[in-house]
Amino acid sequence: MTPLLETRDVGKTFGSVVALRGVSMTVERGGVTCVLGDNGAGKSTLIKILSGVHAPDSGTYLVDGEPVRFGSPREALDRGIATVYQDLAMIPLMSVWRNFFLGSEPPARGPSRALGGFDVATAKRVAREELRRMGIDIRDVDQPVGTLSGGERQSVAIARAVHFGARVLILDEPTSALGVKQAGVVLRYIAQARDRGLGVVFITHNPHHAYPVGDRFLLLNRGAGLGEYGKADIGRDELTSLMAGGAELDELAHELRRTDTPS
Amino acid sequence: MTAVTGDERVADPGRLRRLLIRPELGSVVGAIVVFAFFSGQSAVFRSVDGVANWLDPASTLGVMAVAIALLMIGGEFDLSAGVLTGTCGLVLVTLATRAGWNVWAAMLAGLAVALLVGFVNGLLVVRTKLPSFIVTLGTFLMLQGLNLGVTKALTGTVQVSGLRHAAGYDGARAVLAGSVTLGGTGFRVAILWWVAVTALATWVLTRTRAGNWVFAVGGNEQAARAVGVPAARVKIALFMTTAGAAWLVGSILALRFTSVQANAGIGQEFIFIIAAVIGGCLLTGGYGSPVGAAIGAVIFGMADKGIVFAGWDADWFKFFLGAMLLLATLANRLVRRYAEEVRR
Repeated sequence: MTPLLETRDVGKTFGSVVALRGVSMTVERGGVTCVLGDNGAGKSTLIKILSGVHAPDSGTYLVDGEPVRFGSPREALDRGIATVYQDLAMIPLMSVWRNFFLGSEPPARGPSRALGGFDVATAKRVAREELRRMGIDIRDVDQPVGTLSGGERQSVAIARAVHFGARVLILDEPTSALGVKQAGVVLRYIAQARDRGLGVVFITHNPHHAYPVGDRFLLLNRGAGLGEYGKADIGRDELTSLMAGGAELDELAHELRRTDTPS
Repeated sequence: MTAVTGDERVADPGRLRRLLIRPELGSVVGAIVVFAFFSGQSAVFRSVDGVANWLDPASTLGVMAVAIALLMIGGEFDLSAGVLTGTCGLVLVTLATRAGWNVWAAMLAGLAVALLVGFVNGLLVVRTKLPSFIVTLGTFLMLQGLNLGVTKALTGTVQVSGLRHAAGYDGARAVLAGSVTLGGTGFRVAILWWVAVTALATWVLTRTRAGNWVFAVGGNEQAARAVGVPAARVKIALFMTTAGAAWLVGSILALRFTSVQANAGIGQEFIFIIAAVIGGCLLTGGYGSPVGAAIGAVIFGMADKGIVFAGWDADWFKFFLGAMLLLATLANRLVRRYAEEVRR
């Protein structure tokens, strides 16, 4: 089966800075590909390439097996590639259902349609249904998004992307600002999206969040891929140690050890 | 565990909270308190004649407050709105009396001027990304200078008058500045315009795509753009709406008094903003209600006339203005905080 998304040896340079080089990864239908890396490893450059913000300088980017070159995020979105950024693109003072349909409001039936009328009843019903279908338990779709917890907000953003026809969801550090319990909530929705047949790119620097939901793991370090592993090929401990830069940590531990003999 | 489980968590605090989080709450409570207060001071105030009397200033102020409320929900201010009512009146009366235009044609010219000013305000704010407070302060001062300069150059005085004798005056007056008698009491037609503008604004804001975009550009412009909301167009349209309201009010007042002073409308801009804030608009944008702003205008109408009915010095009105603004802003903040805490 052709993967939904694939990159082959993509790279990106900004002036003299090599932000990314030779990164290959695949995203399957109904699969979660986790992108792990420390700050500055090139995670955000990779997302920007995948979501159409930047075009790669080298290598190829394939969607459904055919090479693409996106000029804008809109073009990527039209191919069903939706990105949920950390800062979410939600309006805190607006209700959940207004946020859900913002920019894509369903037109009213009847004469007010010509005047730009907006079918409020349908919007509320669909928002409630979509959230419930994702297993998201929002008490009341009339409440402002600002009153939701961080995890709930991420969940609404994911449900919105799914409703508007996303086939691939790119999630930029969706769990990094969340507590343990909230992160668990978001991981559950990632699994939900996967079970509905979407491909998910899950960017994180936390191997404990990545391992339970991930099918494939791409490790980035200083702009280069350390390899893409299937779940069978790598254990949680190995992932954690690779992620933390195993050898570097040993060295650090050595450095931080108390010296018994004063010099 | 069924689908309804979510609801038990909202059940009781929900109803109270939903009532409290309504942006209009502060203005409704304020209006009741002010009405009760002046009713106790003066029997005329609470009579039908009294009500017709204080609804009159409330109506012209209300039309403006509602438009300003939409603009503030969209995250912007307009300090030129007050002086623009004067500009529109001056254009109307000057063209009708000096150039011999029909009143209706002169009104259309006034509308064109107003929409142009609104468009320029909006374009400047969107293009320069300067705070609208500064941009419209600039247009406010420029219009103030123009109003005085042009009026003096044309008439040698600081007012234009004589609209009564212009062609089409009677018809225009009946539509915009007449009265309807209801149970022996004359009510100004402006009150109907005010109700209509409030209803229209509420419908647009809560039931149309454009309304959703107004909330969004005021709440978080970046996020709104990210989902494809045409933020610049929305803001320019809001400035033009405010200007259109200023034209309506300027025409109503010019037709009523048949003359316009060159300094008409100056100082009103803050009262519009205060009425909108009392009506629940946040100064930071993204939240508010046209109905609230309309009720905010009622509070001012009541205070304006109530002070006279009670036989006090009208100077106290400004003190009242300031006190109401502070109280309303504090009350809005407290209520919103409480409402948001309950939801957790």
